[in-house]
Amino acid sequence: MNDAVRRHHLIVRITHWVNAVALTIMIGSGLRIFNAYPAFARKGETFCCYPFEGDRIPSWLTFGGWLAGARNWHFAMMWVLVVNGLVYLGFIYLHGEWRDLVPRRGLLPDAWQMTKFYLALRRDHPRQGKHNVIQRLVYFSMPIVAAVAVVSGLAIWKPVQLAPLAWLMGGFVWARYWHFLAMLALVALSVGHVFMVFAVDPYALRAIVTGRYNPARSPEARNARPFVNLRGPREEKP
Amino acid sequence: MSRIWLPRRHAAEILGVDRRVFIAAGLAAGAGGLMALAGCDSKGPKSAAGVLRAAERWNERLERRLFRHKAMNVAPARATAAGEQFPAYFISNRVPVWDEAARGVWRLEVGGTVRRPLRLTLDQLKALPRTELRLEHFCVEGWSAVAVRTGVRLSELARLAEIGPDARYVDFQSFDEDYHESWDIDSALHPQTLIVYGQDGQLLDPAYGAPARVYSPVKLGYKNTKYLTRVLFLPERNGGFWSDQGYEWYAGV
Repeated sequence: MNDAVRRHHLIVRITHWVNAVALTIMIGSGLRIFNAYPAFARKGETFCCYPFEGDRIPSWLTFGGWLAGARNWHFAMMWVLVVNGLVYLGFIYLHGEWRDLVPRRGLLPDAWQMTKFYLALRRDHPRQGKHNVIQRLVYFSMPIVAAVAVVSGLAIWKPVQLAPLAWLMGGFVWARYWHFLAMLALVALSVGHVFMVFAVDPYALRAIVTGRYNPARSPEARNARPFVNLRGPREEKP
Repeated sequence: MSRIWLPRRHAAEILGVDRRVFIAAGLAAGAGGLMALAGCDSKGPKSAAGVLRAAERWNERLERRLFRHKAMNVAPARATAAGEQFPAYFISNRVPVWDEAARGVWRLEVGGTVRRPLRLTLDQLKALPRTELRLEHFCVEGWSAVAVRTGVRLSELARLAEIGPDARYVDFQSFDEDYHESWDIDSALHPQTLIVYGQDGQLLDPAYGAPARVYSPVKLGYKNTKYLTRVLFLPERNGGFWSDQGYEWYAGV
């Protein structure tokens, strides 16, 4: 217990969990809105780039009950998500934590070494700081994808009053498509993130709740890859 | 000798959390989950309704502040006109048609807080300055469709009827049962807000709201009342068919 270090500031922990709830509701309500017209083609046209035109999303994945309910949730929760995201980004900028989250020089060779380790083509965990290079890439791309979601979302909401934004997205039809793809990317990044927490570093759960983390149990110290060395080296008895 | 099996290491120990904290957190999570299930249906917690309404009012204030008469809808040049693929919506059981034998000649009433109420026949409407616009239509469901709309600017009718300073809202009423939707005056006087009698170069089809309907790309489809009978300028908003059921009243695009 005493060998733990402080890892996540209270603001990071709060914004993380607010984000988890808000993003879930945004995705569920967004999918319910999508189900009112589960396609991208303008009426009288076809759409090139979506293979499931007309197929509804299973309703258990949706939130809001009906179109109006889902829209009301979506247009309320968007403010929570954006304000929360800005608080988080502002905090890590002022607090310096952004340095642990931006890609560094040697990104590609490092990423290759990490991949080799996960595929068991390399015996020892590569050296790392707070996060490994793949984590850095995922955490860095999150706000970028989120920005695409916000801009495309504004373009769908106000294609006339914010016509320049809609134009930037390639028009209303494409804005809907980018919004959908950004959602898929956020789902993929989040699911990967949660999977890796449980498969590689469940001790991080403590850090994102209480803020404390035991470096002796870090994936690097345990030489942990998914589902391997979850418990870490056996403690020496005196 | 005790034969009770106990795990060598408690889950809390593996996570490095104090056991009491672990148990408390588990109980709290369970209770939270149960409460969420009890207070929740697929529409979300009922207690959220007030918050959602507050968010809608906040959004409306922001949308009104954002609103510009100069912001225009221009259908993409390469977009194909929807033509007969344009969906037809009405709330009656069958296509509403004005019964001239029973109700007399159709006239559009322009009234409310105006100095000179109007009662215009279709021919009188067509004699007014004509505007023809190729527009992309946005439906609340998420689809869009391109059509050419022919009609009279509502701002022209407002000028002819001499609306007063207390005309802050407009109600568009119809003969499609009791369908109506009310708007803010700013959106109603947008230069692309038309009383439409023609679509794609032809007189409006009964399926699309004949003899006349309001059409503007600055509002979602459901705000654009078809089968129009009255345009009422009002000092207060008057809800609407869909906005009374939970859809946004402002519904600006």
